[in-house]
Amino acid sequence: MIPGEHYIALSAIIFVIGGVGFLVRRNVLVTLMSIEVMLNAANLALVAFNRSHLARGAGQIYAGQNHTGQVFTFFIIAAEAAEVAVGLAIVLSLYRLRRTVRSDEADLLKN
Amino acid sequence: MILLGQIFFYISALLAVGGAGAVVLSKNPIRAAMGLLLLILSIAGLFASLHAQFLAAVQLIVYAGAIVVLFLFVIMLLGPSASTPADGRGAIVRTIGGGLFGLTGLLTIAAAVRASMGTPSGYPVGTVDGAYGGIDAFGAVLFSDAIIPFELSSALLMVAVVGAIGVARGRQGVGLTKNERESVASVPEPSMSPTPHSGLYSHESHGSHALVDAPAHGDYADHAATAGASKGHA
Repeated sequence: MIPGEHYIALSAIIFVIGGVGFLVRRNVLVTLMSIEVMLNAANLALVAFNRSHLARGAGQIYAGQNHTGQVFTFFIIAAEAAEVAVGLAIVLSLYRLRRTVRSDEADLLKN
Repeated sequence: MILLGQIFFYISALLAVGGAGAVVLSKNPIRAAMGLLLLILSIAGLFASLHAQFLAAVQLIVYAGAIVVLFLFVIMLLGPSASTPADGRGAIVRTIGGGLFGLTGLLTIAAAVRASMGTPSGYPVGTVDGAYGGIDAFGAVLFSDAIIPFELSSALLMVAVVGAIGVARGRQGVGLTKNERESVASVPEPSMSPTPHSGLYSHESHGSHALVDAPAHGDYADHAATAGASKGHA
């Protein structure tokens, strides 16, 4: 079997790629996608850690094997869907105001 | 069997890194969205290899089915202006920032990998029940221990939907540019008058300035006055 470290290393690499994209790119759409990449990396790390911490009955009620990381990932996916919906609405609103999707031209609150 | 699992892991890992690289590097946002799709598919495969079948299905449904499609909708809606042309403004600062982040992260990963090389695994994958990660066990956890955050997440999604509608709809017409106002103003109003051109080409008759109720300042004064005049004339 693949040990957990491999998954964690892969998740760290993907997170770094997403973070570099978030810092370097100026297209708001690509910035949002980079956030998605980082969250996916975090999800992978959570599920991988969960796979190596399987203590039975770790929850309050459920007595089976521990699912905490997977439940976390589930809620992260829900939060991420909400984030993308609102973020893309903001992108559309920015485009309507400024005719651009560049993040450095979103300076409506400046001065 | 073990070899097959390893091959699956390494192929999925390679595809995931390639997808993430495509998101970051591609100039065209549609290609970036396709890279995101590739990353999501391979992460779903890795979830399946970690015995999280339900999460793999949720990943496919929510990410590939909803989020990537939403991205593609917005990219197609914006058209060619979704891809920004490159210019050198702030390139040095961004390169320094991104380079420092990437370098620090990769060095940290390399140091961690080098330190753990040769030692027995600190995170061995345990043996799981057959039901682990399936919809039975996951649903049992979700509706016993995690019931409060589950209900709260439904409230979160509700608020997000309402907020997205409110933000994307905007105030009608307020944020329009000059060209858009012009095009809106030049659309003939449906009128019952026998002369169809009376409202459209009546730029000469500026007699009804009192009808203008829009905030007429700056560039928009002419168009607002024209619109008001044509409206009054029709």
